[in-house]
Amino acid sequence: MTILKNHDTKGVAFVDDAKLTARHVNVFYGDKQAIFDVSLDVGANEVIALIGPSGCGKSTFLRCLNRMNDTIDRCQVQGDILLDGEPIYDGSMDVVPLRARVGMVFQKPNPFPKSIYDNVAYGPRLHGLATTRVELDAIVEYSLQRAGLWNEVKDRLDAPGTGLSGGQQQRLCIARTIAVDPEVILMDEPCSALDPIATAKIEELIDELRENYTIAIVTHSMQQAARVSQRTAYFHMGQLVEVNPTEQMFTTPEHTLTEAYITGRFG
Amino acid sequence: MNDSTLFIVIVLTFIGVYRLGRNRAQALAMAGTRLHSLPSHYGVLLAMWAGLPVLITLLLWRLLEPTLVDAMILRQLPETVRAGSDAQVQLAISMVRNIAAGAALATPDGFESSVSHVIALQARMVLLQAGVLLAVALFGLAVCWYRFTPNQAARTDVERMVRVLLLCSSAVAVLTTVGILASVLYESWLFFGMVSPLEFLFGTHWSPQISLRDEQTGSSASFGAVPLFAGTLMIAMIAMLIAVPVGLMAAIYLSEYATDSVRNMAKPTLEVLAGIPSIVYGFFALLTVAPLIRELGTALGVSVSSASALAVGVVMGIMIIPFISSLSDDVLNAVPQSLRDGSDALGATRNETIRQVVVPAALPGIVAAIMLAFSRAIGETMIVTMAAGMVANLSANPLDSVTTVTAQMVSLLVGDQAFDSPKTLAAFALGLVLFITTLALNYVAVNMVKKYREHYD
Amino acid sequence: MTDSSLSTRQKVERSLARRRATETRFHALGFMAVLFGLLSVVVLFGDILLKGSSTFRQTVIVTDIHLDAQFLGLTPRSKEAHIRRADFEGLIRQQLHAAMPTMTEDEARELHRLISIGAAWQLSDWVVENPQHLNQTIRFELLADHLVDQWFKHDRRKGISQRLSDVQLSWLHEWADSGQMYTRFNRLFFTHGDSQEPELAGVRGAMMGTFLTLMVTLVLSFPIGIATAIYLEQFAPARQWINLVEININNLAAVPSITFGLLGLAIFINLFGVTRSTPLIGGLVLTLMALPTIIISARAAIKSVPLSIQEAAYGLGASKVQVVFHHVLPLALPGMLTGTILAMAQALGATAPLLLIGMVAFVVDVPNAISDPSTVLPVQIFLWADSPERAFIERTSGAILVLLGFLISMNTLAVLLRQRIERRR
Repeated sequence: MTILKNHDTKGVAFVDDAKLTARHVNVFYGDKQAIFDVSLDVGANEVIALIGPSGCGKSTFLRCLNRMNDTIDRCQVQGDILLDGEPIYDGSMDVVPLRARVGMVFQKPNPFPKSIYDNVAYGPRLHGLATTRVELDAIVEYSLQRAGLWNEVKDRLDAPGTGLSGGQQQRLCIARTIAVDPEVILMDEPCSALDPIATAKIEELIDELRENYTIAIVTHSMQQAARVSQRTAYFHMGQLVEVNPTEQMFTTPEHTLTEAYITGRFG
Repeated sequence: MNDSTLFIVIVLTFIGVYRLGRNRAQALAMAGTRLHSLPSHYGVLLAMWAGLPVLITLLLWRLLEPTLVDAMILRQLPETVRAGSDAQVQLAISMVRNIAAGAALATPDGFESSVSHVIALQARMVLLQAGVLLAVALFGLAVCWYRFTPNQAARTDVERMVRVLLLCSSAVAVLTTVGILASVLYESWLFFGMVSPLEFLFGTHWSPQISLRDEQTGSSASFGAVPLFAGTLMIAMIAMLIAVPVGLMAAIYLSEYATDSVRNMAKPTLEVLAGIPSIVYGFFALLTVAPLIRELGTALGVSVSSASALAVGVVMGIMIIPFISSLSDDVLNAVPQSLRDGSDALGATRNETIRQVVVPAALPGIVAAIMLAFSRAIGETMIVTMAAGMVANLSANPLDSVTTVTAQMVSLLVGDQAFDSPKTLAAFALGLVLFITTLALNYVAVNMVKKYREHYD
Repeated sequence: MTDSSLSTRQKVERSLARRRATETRFHALGFMAVLFGLLSVVVLFGDILLKGSSTFRQTVIVTDIHLDAQFLGLTPRSKEAHIRRADFEGLIRQQLHAAMPTMTEDEARELHRLISIGAAWQLSDWVVENPQHLNQTIRFELLADHLVDQWFKHDRRKGISQRLSDVQLSWLHEWADSGQMYTRFNRLFFTHGDSQEPELAGVRGAMMGTFLTLMVTLVLSFPIGIATAIYLEQFAPARQWINLVEININNLAAVPSITFGLLGLAIFINLFGVTRSTPLIGGLVLTLMALPTIIISARAAIKSVPLSIQEAAYGLGASKVQVVFHHVLPLALPGMLTGTILAMAQALGATAPLLLIGMVAFVVDVPNAISDPSTVLPVQIFLWADSPERAFIERTSGAILVLLGFLISMNTLAVLLRQRIERRR
């Protein structure tokens, strides 16, 4: 297996209307380096899929984009990441508004042990997005509708969120994220814990959300990447090997590693 | 022969008999006989056959001897003494025993015969005991010796006995609970034969001392335990008011905020508080905190009792802090990281995540920790015995002196005891209430924690 | 999207200042809670050290004593019993008196009160050891009375005095200034049993009582605890029995310690007739208290023994008992010992149950056997804390320091043992 030389990324890593810009990003866990000199743009209102074998650093890279790695003591991020041109690792940048703008959905559905309503209203209440109960109700209803969950739960908003099925829980988590009205949504293998029917619903949802939000999704399923994304980035051992429009990536990969991965020779 | 010599003799005998059995088996093995088990198994088997009956006999002897000797002394006592009350007879018997044991007391008239009888009896008893024990040991030895064959499954026999011994050990824990229950229930039953349970549970006047002067009002004791319950609750509540916020906040700080080095230093230091015996806290409350609070009160123009509930409660609270903090720390750590991530990713600050997600999720565990701590507070004895009052006031003022269930139990049971007086038995009735309360609190708390763990595992 | 997104961002920004402040407050609260806990430790230890460290110094007054054989009625060949009966107290009085011939009768009495009654028997002890010095003049350190001891150690520098008359103070100042009065290590505190006189009261009796009681506890609770753990982990056939024992262990671990005293009183003393106030009964009661801790730690130690070792032994044809005693037990032993040491440390501090079974007696003699009347260190502390004399408060703190010293060494031992186990893995 050849290791990428000079960290050269094949394909087109940069776009004109970038929402998020990452330049020469290196990530260390203690002494161990997890990400090697990654540069990548995430364009506005696009869905970009990050794929690669497990342990390749795609989740680590995703978690850099809203500074979720801050919670891990030994994790250190070098390089520049900009949101709308503002450096997010700058001392003046506060993680609270950053995370309000860059939301995240996790691998395992993690609804709070609260009612469905309170789960969705949690973020708006924190940030003071609604001044009246009516406004809050509206935000909750809108978010649940956008997440495609409204019709299923509108009669039992007081039921605990943990009582929903796995797919519903994950859509609740998406609704919870939408309620804060973010600009970017990061999704870390959002369907890996779900059955195929629930997965299909989430994928449909991602496609709809693209109109309003920029979405970066980590997935281990190439089919999913092909179905939901416009661009795909292939990570290998902490390096960004290739970025190309999804269709092109899955038909004519430029790098041999990409080809080996998508044809299933490892992964 | 005193106990330690007896013990050494028995151990030596065990070893001797073991070697006897092992050597016999070894001799056979050397001679080419195929044995079923290892020679040492035969040794252990022989030692058990000889030793266990001896131990059982010794135990029975110790249990029965006092009763027998008492009966013999009784027959030798002068007629006048025997005609007296039970208590007088008991007193006479113990006096005879003491004189016979060599206590330098003058022998009263009429007791000479019984004393000399006891002295003679004791000499004979020692001989008799030694003889009986030896006979039992030899009998066991002989039986096992003659049953010995090379095919004998000595290992299986030994292992069966080992299993039985292990089973008996595990029964000790059960027997202890049964013993506690039986003793408090039986003595409480006697108590409630003299004092009505209703008066005990709902009466508001507690003065267990039977007054010696008849002209005093209420010359009979009264056993209304409400002031004790109230005092116990007040002190425990004050302790919880200190321990719950401090313990909980300390646990939150150490598990969510502190750096590794701070945590590694602070956690063991806090746990030192849990390792200090409560008698030390009692001393601290009595000589440092109580005078301090009293002086503070005087400076502010408030009258504070020198044994104020506040002082006791504060010190007890300090003692309980590590209890709450380490239990809460466990439950906080059991809250899945994914919930924290979920909240963080929505842009919550640290304290918002903790207060609105982590703590509510850990609530059942925290409540259980508080219940366990509360049960410990009401059962705590030494702090209240040393620093709380002894007079049963029914007061809601934390600056007054109040007394507690455990403090009263100690004061009722230390010193002279007569097991037919309600004063002594009252302590067991209080013990029953305490036992049931703490048991219920623990039971509920342990089940709560169990459910909570299952929820997140 | 642009308009609403802008307003959302503004709303978030607007809330930030308030939320930052809350965060700072919350963080500070948590820090203060930890600080309060740590401060409590410091204050507690500091307070007791401050009150108790002076226990370990004892004031003495050095003076020339002429061992007048005639006054004492002794010869160099006198028997020990004879020497012990001699009037050393009278001798000391006579010699002190001789140093100040102008004293009145009352003053003489006040002077004698400054010397402990223990000085006389210390002198007689010395003469028993060195009978050849009879009729010679020796320099001897006379044990000062506790009032003098307290004055010299605490009040002198502050210029106050308690329960000392002016003439007594004048002598004391003279002695102190001439260097005749000084403090030395208080050996007596460690070699003596309890006493009514604070300067003669020591912790030896309580320490022996504690030692004997803990020995009984250890001898009983260690085998029973280990056996129970082995049975529950390796042999118990029925789940119901395990559950029953487990429930009981958990309850016993949480029940207030005073209830064990009730059990000891009602069952051991009243039913079985065990003698009160002895290390035997104390040890029996503490055994029941120590068992839960030992059983729980022993079970954990057994659980941590790798199954592969047991399977290897079974594979070689070992019986269950052989596997357990030859392979599981040796590997689990260090863990079991750690738990046992911690249980003993708990038992060392236990006071309440021992009060109920009569270990509160005033015991002067140092106990030598488990059937001798005795008290234990924490109960001794309890007894002294009740005494009104100031010197006893000091001694109480001193005894607490001794108790804490034992506790700290036991816990350190347990920690070291645990670290060794962890390193081996």
